[in-house]
Amino acid sequence: MSTVVVPAPLVETPWRRFRRQFAESRLALIGLALLVVIVAIALLAPWIAPQNPYDLAKLDLLDARLPPGATAADGMTYWLGTDGQGRDMFSAIIYGLRVSLYVGIASGVIALTLGAVIGVLAAYLGGRFEQIVMRIVDIQLGFPAILVALILLAVLGKGVDKIIIALVTVQWAYYARTARSAALVERHKEYIEAARALGLGAWRIVLRHLLPNSLPPLIVVGTVQVAHAIALEATLSFLGLGLPPTEPSLGLLIANGYEVLMSGKYWISVYPGVALLLTILAINLVGDQLRDVLNPRLSR
Amino acid sequence: MSRVGPLLKVSGLRTEFATRDGVLPAVADVSFEVARGEVLGLVGESGSGKSVTGFSILGLIDPPGRIAAGSLQFDGLELVGAAPESLRRLRGKRIAMIFQDPMMTLNPVLSIETQMVETVLAHDDTTREAARQRAIEALGRVGIASAVERLAQYPHQFSGGMRQRVAIAIALLHKPDLIIADEPTTALDVTVQGQILYEMQKLVRESGTALIWITHDLAVVAGLADRIAVMYAGRIVEMGDAADVLDAPRHPYTRGLLDSVPAATQPGARLRQIRGSTPSLLRLGPGCAFRERCDRADAGCATLPVLETTDGRSVRCVHPLELA
Amino acid sequence: MTVFVLRRLAQTLLVLLITSVLVFGGLFMIGDPVEILVNPSADQIEKDRATKALGLDKPLHEQYVGFLRGALSGNLGNSFVYARPALEVIFERMPATLELAFLAMVIAVVLGIPLGLYAGLRPHSPLAKTIMAGSILGFSLPTFWVGLILILVFAVTLGWLPSTGRGPTTNVFGLQLSIFNWDGLRYALLPAINLALFKLSLIIRLTRAQVREQSLLDYIKFARAKGLSNTRVIGVHLLKNILIPLVTVVGLELGSVIAFAVVTETIFAWPGMGKLVIDSIFQLDRPVVVAYLLVVVFMFILINLVVDILYSVLDPRVRLSEVKG
Repeated sequence: MSTVVVPAPLVETPWRRFRRQFAESRLALIGLALLVVIVAIALLAPWIAPQNPYDLAKLDLLDARLPPGATAADGMTYWLGTDGQGRDMFSAIIYGLRVSLYVGIASGVIALTLGAVIGVLAAYLGGRFEQIVMRIVDIQLGFPAILVALILLAVLGKGVDKIIIALVTVQWAYYARTARSAALVERHKEYIEAARALGLGAWRIVLRHLLPNSLPPLIVVGTVQVAHAIALEATLSFLGLGLPPTEPSLGLLIANGYEVLMSGKYWISVYPGVALLLTILAINLVGDQLRDVLNPRLSR
Repeated sequence: MSRVGPLLKVSGLRTEFATRDGVLPAVADVSFEVARGEVLGLVGESGSGKSVTGFSILGLIDPPGRIAAGSLQFDGLELVGAAPESLRRLRGKRIAMIFQDPMMTLNPVLSIETQMVETVLAHDDTTREAARQRAIEALGRVGIASAVERLAQYPHQFSGGMRQRVAIAIALLHKPDLIIADEPTTALDVTVQGQILYEMQKLVRESGTALIWITHDLAVVAGLADRIAVMYAGRIVEMGDAADVLDAPRHPYTRGLLDSVPAATQPGARLRQIRGSTPSLLRLGPGCAFRERCDRADAGCATLPVLETTDGRSVRCVHPLELA
Repeated sequence: MTVFVLRRLAQTLLVLLITSVLVFGGLFMIGDPVEILVNPSADQIEKDRATKALGLDKPLHEQYVGFLRGALSGNLGNSFVYARPALEVIFERMPATLELAFLAMVIAVVLGIPLGLYAGLRPHSPLAKTIMAGSILGFSLPTFWVGLILILVFAVTLGWLPSTGRGPTTNVFGLQLSIFNWDGLRYALLPAINLALFKLSLIIRLTRAQVREQSLLDYIKFARAKGLSNTRVIGVHLLKNILIPLVTVVGLELGSVIAFAVVTETIFAWPGMGKLVIDSIFQLDRPVVVAYLLVVVFMFILINLVVDILYSVLDPRVRLSEVKG
C-alpha cells in the first residue's frame, strides 16, 4: 500500500490570521502607517515643534498672518505661515493634533467602557432593566449628536473635561447598543447556559465571557466613533464652544482663519483642516478594514 | 430541433472554483446523457459536485467559478462558451430549474403574480392579461386551490410545500424540454415531500419533460428515476438503469449508500455506515477518491479508474462488486 | 393601525416633555440673560425691572409651569432678543433650513444610489474603486472645513458662485422658498453640496454593501434561472430589496441633516433655524433655544413615524401577517 504524503497544515494562530487578513487591504495599511505617524507627531510635539504656541511671551504680533515660508526675526522659518496672533502654524497644528487626539481617544475609551458595561449588563439581566435601558438608548440615539453636544456645552461652558463629558454623552449609546446585541447573541449560546447551570456567579460570566466576546464589534464601532468624536470636537470648537482659546484645537485654528479667508490668507484655515482630514481619514481606513476582517458574515 | 439523439449530452465537464487555497475542482470529469422525457437521478453527498453540475448546465456559474473544460450539448446546441443572450433565452423556456429552499428562491418583496408574469413575458411576446391567465392555469396544475387569490399574495404567506409548488409551476410555464430540480424536497416536511414527488412524477409523465433530479437521498429517486447516476468527489462513479443500480450496485460507494439507509437495517442491529469522511476536494491525491474509505482498496486503486461502460451500465472502479 | 399611531403620539408627548424639562433646567444654569440684554451701564433698578419683565425673578419651577401653561396654548414664550413669540421667530426661519436640507438630501440620493449600485455590481472595476476611495474621503472630511474650502475655491478664487447668504425667494405653496428660481439656487448650491457630501458618502457605501449582500442570495440566481434579462434582475428584483433599508436610512438622515444645518448655516451665513439657534445660545435667548429644540425633536419623531409607515408599506413581510396556506 503506497503512502500518500500530505503536507502538515500550517498552524495559524488567531492573531496571525487577523494580521494577514488585515494586511490584505493596501489602503488599510497606508491608513495604519499614517495613523502611527500622526500619533507619533502628536506625542513628540514638545520636542519637534519649533515653537511653543502656548507660550504667549514667545509670540510676536508683528509676525501675524505671514504666508508660508516666511522667516521670523530670530531666523526660524514659518513653514506653514502664522496665524492672527503670530503663532507658527506648524507648531500650532502639532499641538492642536495632540489635543484633538487626546479628546477623541479619551472620550471614546470612556464611552466604550461605560456603554459596554451597560449594554452587556442589560443583555445579561434582561427583563425590566434591559427594557428601560434600551429605551433610554433608543431615545438618546434618536437625538442628533450635534444638538446634544451644543446644549451640553452651552450649559457646561468651556474646558477639555467638559467637552469630553459632552462627547461621552453623545457616544455611549452606540456602544451600549452594540454591546447588548453582541452579548445577547453570546448569552444564548450553550456554554453560557452551562456556566449558569454550574452556578457560576453573574459577574464572572459577564466579565470573563460576555464582555470579551462582545469586543470585536465594539472595536469596530470604536474606530468610527473616535473619528466622529474628533470631527465633532473640531466642529464645536469652530463654533466657539468647547475648548477655550488657551488650548487651541484644530477647530479653533480653522475658525480663526475664517475671517481672513476672503482676503486670500488661506493657510490659517486650510492647513489645520488638512491635518484634521488626514487624522480622520487614517482612522477610517483602519476602521473599515477592521470591520471587514471582524465581520463574521462576509465569506472569507 | 432534431428528434434524434439525446436531449442533453454532457461530456467531460469540468467546473473549477478559484479559492484562496488553490483551485477547487467541484466537478472534475462528468459525462452523461439524458434522453427526451427521461428522468435521471443524480445522487451524491454534499460536496460531490451534483449541484454545481446542475448550475453548469444552466450557465449560472459565477466568478470565481468557471467551466474549465468539457461540452454541454443541448438538443444540438453547444452551451459551453455560448453567448450570454442565447443562454438567457434558453433558461426558463427550454431548460428550467427548481431550487432547494423555496423561501430563499422566491423574491420576498414581489408578489407571486409579478414573479410568474415576468417569467412568461421574458420569453413570449404576449399581453399581461394573457400571461396572468397562464399563471393561474399553471398554479391550478400544481394543485394550488384559489389560484386567483394566491396570485396577489407574497411568498411568506405560503407554507413551504406551497412555495415549492409555485416554483414548480414557474418551471412549467413554458413547457420546457428539461427541468433540473436541485434537492427540491430536502427542505420540506416528510409528508409534503411525498406529495411533491408524486406531483412531479405526474407532471413529468403528462408533459414528456425530461428531468434531472439532484438529491443526496437514494430513497427519494427510487420510485421516480428511470436512470441513476452516482457522484463522488466531482466524478460519476456509477450509472445505469434505476432498478439495476438499486438492486445490484457495482461500486462500493453505492453499496455503502444503500446499506446505510436506516430502513435497510434490522431493528436492534448496528447501523451501518461508510467509514471515514468526504475528502477535501483541494487535497485529493491521485488515484481513486474513495480509496481511504473502501474495504476493497489495494495498490491498484492508486491510479484513477476510468468510467467503464457495458450495456448501458457504467462503473468507475477497478474492483467493482460482482453481479449476483 | 390606530392603536399604533396613538401609542406613538403618547410616546412623542412624553419625549417632548422630558426634553423640555432637561433643556429648561439646563439653560437655567448658563447664566443671566439680563446681563446680556440690558445696557451694561444700567443700574440695579433697571436690571431688576428687566428681570421682572421677563419673568426671570420667579423660582425655576414656577417659570417652568408658566412655560408649560403657555405651551399648551401653543405659546412657547417670547424671545428675549426679538421680543416676539419664540415659535414665530423659528417658523419664520424654518423654510430656509428645510429647503437646504431637502436640496442636500436630493443631491445625496440622486448621486449616491446609482454610484453605490455600480460599485456593488462591478466591485473590481477601476471606477468602483475610485468611487469607494472617494466615499471614504467624503466622510472623513470635516463638514465645516469643506464648507470653507468650497467658499475658497468656488467663490473667492473662481468666482462662480456667491459665498454667503440666501438668494431671492419665490412663493411656492405659500412658503417663501429660494431654490425654485435660478438666482436663488445659485446661493443654495454651495451650502447644499456641503451638507450633502457626508450623506452622499454614506449612501454610496450603504448601497454598495446592500448590493454585495443581496447579489449572493438565491432569489437573484433563481431570477436569472428563469431567463430574466439582467436589467430586470437588477432593476426590479435587486433594487426593490435594497430600497427598503435605504429608505429607512435616508429618512433618518434627513432629520440629522436638518440638525447639522446648524454648522453649514453658520459658515454660509444662511438665515435658517440653525444660525438662529447658535446666535441664541450665545445671546442666552433661552425661549428660542428651548423652542428650537422642541420643534426639532418633534420633527425628528415625525420623520421617524413616516419612515416606519413607509417601511411597512414597502416591505410586504411587515405589512401582511403570515397566513399559512
